Amino acid sequence: MDYSVFDIIGPRMVGPSSSHTAGAARLGKVARRISGNDVAKVTFILYGSFAKTYKGHGTDRALLAGIMGMEPNDPDLAGSLDSAGRTGLDFEFVVNDSDPPHPNTVKMVITGSSGKKTEVVGCSIGGGNIRVIQINGLAVEFTGEYPTLVVRHIDRPGVIAEVTSLMVEFNINIAFMRVFRHSKGQDAFMIIETDGDIPKKVVSQLRTLSEEIQDVYIIEAL
Amino acid sequence: MSINFASGSELLGLCDNNGIKIYEMMLVREVYISQRNKEAITDEMRENLKIMKNAIERGLSEDIRSVSGLSGGDAKKLRHYYENNQTVAGKDMNAAVASAMAVLEVNAAMGQIVAAPTAGSSGILPGAIISTAQRFGKNDDDIVNALFTASAVGYLITRNATVAGAEGGCQAETGAAAAMAAAAIVEMLGGTPSQALDGAAIAIKNILGLVCDPIAGLVEAPCIKRNAIGTGNALISADLALAGVTSIIPFDEVVEAMLKVGRSLPCELRETGTGGLAWTPTGREIHERVFGKTE
Repeated sequence: MDYSVFDIIGPRMVGPSSSHTAGAARLGKVARRISGNDVAKVTFILYGSFAKTYKGHGTDRALLAGIMGMEPNDPDLAGSLDSAGRTGLDFEFVVNDSDPPHPNTVKMVITGSSGKKTEVVGCSIGGGNIRVIQINGLAVEFTGEYPTLVVRHIDRPGVIAEVTSLMVEFNINIAFMRVFRHSKGQDAFMIIETDGDIPKKVVSQLRTLSEEIQDVYIIEAL
Repeated sequence: MSINFASGSELLGLCDNNGIKIYEMMLVREVYISQRNKEAITDEMRENLKIMKNAIERGLSEDIRSVSGLSGGDAKKLRHYYENNQTVAGKDMNAAVASAMAVLEVNAAMGQIVAAPTAGSSGILPGAIISTAQRFGKNDDDIVNALFTASAVGYLITRNATVAGAEGGCQAETGAAAAMAAAAIVEMLGGTPSQALDGAAIAIKNILGLVCDPIAGLVEAPCIKRNAIGTGNALISADLALAGVTSIIPFDEVVEAMLKVGRSLPCELRETGTGGLAWTPTGREIHERVFGKTE
C-alpha cells in the first residue's frame, strides 16, 4: 500500500483512541450524510468493545459529535453531550451483548425531522478507518476513504448505465463500484467510490434522471 | 530504484545517488504518490505541527484530567519540578519528557492531537523534536523538515512491520515513535541519512519486546509514562548516532526482528487489557471502577 506521510503523522484527531474515538466520530458523520443531513432523533446501539469501553474512550461523545456533523479533530467533540442537548437533538445509547461482525460495531437508528427513518451499521476497523456494512437493513460495504456516491434505486435494467454515463459526462473516474439489492426488481443501492471529488450538480441531475432513482447522496472522503 | 522506496537500504541508496537528505526524498515520494505539489504538502504538515505545539502548551499549563479520571496533571507537575529544582537527568531531558507527557494527557482528556504514528504514542515525536529544535535555535521550517524525516522512518516501519499495539505490542507503537523522533533529530542537527537510520535502529533495539498492557484498555496508563521513557530513548539514540555510534544490526533487520518479536507476543500482551499491568490486582480494580464489574 502507498502510505502517505499523513497516514504516518496523522490523522489530526481528538483523543484518546483512533479506533474508539476518531473512528466513532467518522461513523457518526457518515450516518448523518446517509440520512440526508437530517437527524432529529438517534439511537446508538453499541456492540463488542464499543459496548464494553465506550465511556472511557469517549466513544459516545464521538458518535454524537459525528452525527451532528463534527470532524474527528473538532475541539468541541468532547462537549457533544451538552451541545446536543442544547440543540434539541434527541439521542440515546443502548448496549447490546450479542456478537458483532467486528469488535467495534455500532448500529445508528436515525429519525429525520419529517419522520424518515435511516438505519446505518458500521465498524471502526483501526487507525480511525471505518467500514459501513449495512444501510436500511441492506448489506453494503464502503470505507469513506474515497468520495462516495450512494444511489438508492429500483433494481431495473439500464439504471446503472444511466448513472455511469453521467459520471463520464462529468469526467469522474470510478475507483470502485458495487451494487447491492434486497431481491430482484426491488430496492437496491449503488455504491460508487471515485478518485476525484464529486460535484453537487451530479446529485441534482441524478435525482431527475429517471423514476427508478429514489435517492442520491455524496459522502465526501473522510 | 523506485521513488516509492520499500526499505531503509533503498532509501539510503536514493539519498546517496541524488545527494539529498531523507526529508527531501520523503517529500519527493509524497509528491509522486499524492499528485499534490510540495507547497500543499508542507502546508498540511505545518498545520500538524501547530496542533502538536498547542497540545504541548495545553498539557504543560492547564489542569488536565482524563475522561476516566485516571490521569492528568503529571506533565505540569514535572515542569514545576524541573523549573525549580536540580534534576537527575537534566533540565533539557525533563523538558522534552514533560512535553511528551503533556500531549498524551491532552489526548486522554479528549483534546486535539496528531497521531504520530498512533494516538497512544503521539507524545514522543513532538516532545523530542520541538524542545530540541528550540534549544538549537531551529525554526518551524526545520521542524517541518524533521517531521518528513520522521515520517520516512514511520512509513518504512508501517510498511515492513507494524505500528499497531494490537499487532506488535508497545514496541511497535512507542518504538516506532522513538525511532521516528531519533532519525528526525539526527537529520535536523546535521547528521547523514545513514546516521539517521542508525539512530532509528538503536531506538527500536532499546525497547524490543515491550508489551502493550493498557489498564482498563484505556490509552492512559502506562501509555503516558511510556511516552516519557520513549522520549528519553529518542534523545539518547539521537546522541549516540550523532556521536558516530552505528547500529550493529542494520535498520531493516531491526524492523523485521521487531515484527517477529511482536508476533510471538501472546494475545494478552497486545492491547487487549488482559495481561501485564492491566491484569494486576490494582489494574483490575481500576478496570472495575471505570467500567463496572466484568464477567
